[in-house]
Amino acid sequence: MKLATIKTGHNSWTFPDLRTLMAKATPARSGDELAGLAAQGAEERVAAKMALAEVPLDAFLSDPLVPYEADEVTRLILDTHDASAFVPLKGLSVGEFRNWLLADSTTPDVLAAAAPGITPEMAAAVSKLMRNQDLVAVASKCQVVTRFRNTIGLPGRLSTRLQPNHPTDDPKGILASVFDGLMYGSGDAVIGINPAGDNPRQVTTLLSMLDSLRQKLDAPLQTCVLTHVTNAITCMEQGAPVDLVFQSIAGTEAANRSFGITLDLLREARGMALELNRGTVGQNVMYFETGQGSALSAEGNHGLDQQTCEARAYGVARAFEPLLVNTVVGFIGPEYLYDGKQIIRAGLEDHFCGKLLGVPMGCDICYTNHSEADQDDMDNLLSLLGMAGVNFIMGVPGADDIMLNYQSTSFHDAWYLRKVLGLRPAPEFEAWLLRQGIAEKGALGLTLAPSPASRYLPHWTAL
Amino acid sequence: MKNELDDPWLGLQKWTDARIALGRAGSSLPTAPLLEFQLAHARARDAVQMSCDFSPVRDAAQRLGMDVLEVSSQVQDRDEYLRRPDRGRLLNADGAQRLAAYPREASGFDVGLIVADGLSSQAVERQAAPLLEILVPLIRAKRYSLAPLVCATQSRVALADDIGFHLQAAVTVILVGERPGLSSPDSLGAYLTWNPHRGLQNADRNCVSNIRPAGLPFETAAQTLVNLIRGAFLLRVSGVKLKDDSYLEAPQPSQTLS
Repeated sequence: MKLATIKTGHNSWTFPDLRTLMAKATPARSGDELAGLAAQGAEERVAAKMALAEVPLDAFLSDPLVPYEADEVTRLILDTHDASAFVPLKGLSVGEFRNWLLADSTTPDVLAAAAPGITPEMAAAVSKLMRNQDLVAVASKCQVVTRFRNTIGLPGRLSTRLQPNHPTDDPKGILASVFDGLMYGSGDAVIGINPAGDNPRQVTTLLSMLDSLRQKLDAPLQTCVLTHVTNAITCMEQGAPVDLVFQSIAGTEAANRSFGITLDLLREARGMALELNRGTVGQNVMYFETGQGSALSAEGNHGLDQQTCEARAYGVARAFEPLLVNTVVGFIGPEYLYDGKQIIRAGLEDHFCGKLLGVPMGCDICYTNHSEADQDDMDNLLSLLGMAGVNFIMGVPGADDIMLNYQSTSFHDAWYLRKVLGLRPAPEFEAWLLRQGIAEKGALGLTLAPSPASRYLPHWTAL
Repeated sequence: MKNELDDPWLGLQKWTDARIALGRAGSSLPTAPLLEFQLAHARARDAVQMSCDFSPVRDAAQRLGMDVLEVSSQVQDRDEYLRRPDRGRLLNADGAQRLAAYPREASGFDVGLIVADGLSSQAVERQAAPLLEILVPLIRAKRYSLAPLVCATQSRVALADDIGFHLQAAVTVILVGERPGLSSPDSLGAYLTWNPHRGLQNADRNCVSNIRPAGLPFETAAQTLVNLIRGAFLLRVSGVKLKDDSYLEAPQPSQTLS
């Protein structure tokens, strides 16, 4: 890119390259300040947005923000770019792209058709010009549906990951939380444990426990132990019941290397999971987690702002046809997202960018105890993401994860959203909840049944 | 009398500290658990800000016959600590000088143990000393040489790389206060790194987390750490390639170190 210069009244602003322009145009956040990339003041930030609005989308194809030769994520993004899907966008500037996205003629079908022509950098750029309501409005038009043992992401549906973590992986402790979650209708996205001990032996024990439980309950859902992909490969080699392969991913090759992964490693693991052929209604076998700031944290950000790095992680995810992609938005801490305002903004950006690219986005709406945030901030983000059509959220007992030491959303929170917005779980899982007497249909729509557990508890203690 | 807001599976609470069977008002949280959550959050927020008292660690070191060196990162105060983790990963000049000046054999030390405040001073004050009392004898029993114990303030995990480098330690284990949870404001984490030096990444370390009486017991944590140390000396690596059970193939340290 040539030097971008823009005048705001008497002041003149010059941005030496596209990378700098992207960073300066980003809404304020502590991570970009930490990286030394943020705008110095409020006026410089708006000037950068004005300059960015003039940049043609083609610039992101001809002038990669991270060099093609240096980074396999850039190569993946450019090599898989669909030029024919890009045709309706060709010639648009970033500012015009925003108008196009908001147009009434840009329907869900139009957006789905354009997705393969949109690169993560284009999505990140336009998000920087969008207000929170724009991020909600456009994301709500993007539908990304995935399948394994149930169908996730249909319009009017909200799924939940049941997250029954326990500090010592104690089976009874985990099962107690699973029971609580199922009685509250949680778990259609996945029952997923973050293990405290990350070795294949322990992971296999947990996998077998979840799988036998699922079979006994005849529940249309998938299970996962969120262990490193190398452990999942070992477990699959040893015959463990792996439904979904989990991995944390980032938007640059260097950051992924810090996670101990390459794209080839992900391809290998996905191939093995596909061969197991465990899905019943579909074969989306990957589960990815991401979060703004991970690339900088791994010193692999190439001078790129954290939100653009994050969007590139969705570019990675997209290539592996995942069932679930989860931005763990406030987990990383205040040095990247300082307070509730920054966490809310980032959650909406992440969901928007992922959906625009065709990625099945969920969000771990969360914060840590060293951030300037609380449950009221999470209520705000939860409500906004519900309106935006988020595919899934977390279900943590009482919103308090006693293993990972952070606060997320509870089983109760999901019901708040379902009631206020009329959302329902995945259809197969909803039918199961009704069959089991856990939920019922009444004047208020789908609600929890009065006392499902009296029927259930005797079976459970026998498990 | 049974509260109509309660869940009938209240008895399952004996299996976990997780906030299960909270009951419901409609499908929302009843008032009592709502306020209990807010109290726990308030306490955790306060805990992050408290400064760390290393005296229990110093006392334990004295009982174990270890010298103690106290160092600090380049961070000045708590607000800077939270916003600038990069400065929390670098030793200040004074600390680097004192570590480098500590007398040692030309070959340096096998193992460097570090205790760091991290995000929970309570974790260090309560868990570090009892863990060291078990861990240090186990390390000595395997005939590894130990560097002096280092107490580090305003410290991130990677400060161990600077510390280990200046002490010439083959492997470092840093015990650090984890970010406080609502139910566990005093949880200690341990990170092991082979060949510590600047520029290492997360994938180069092994982590044993949630060390506290109600979490991972001291004995288990210490045994896992010693197993990881033995595995690291065998494979000459740490991180994703080093597993808890790598040591099973390990010959005795005297053979690996020759």
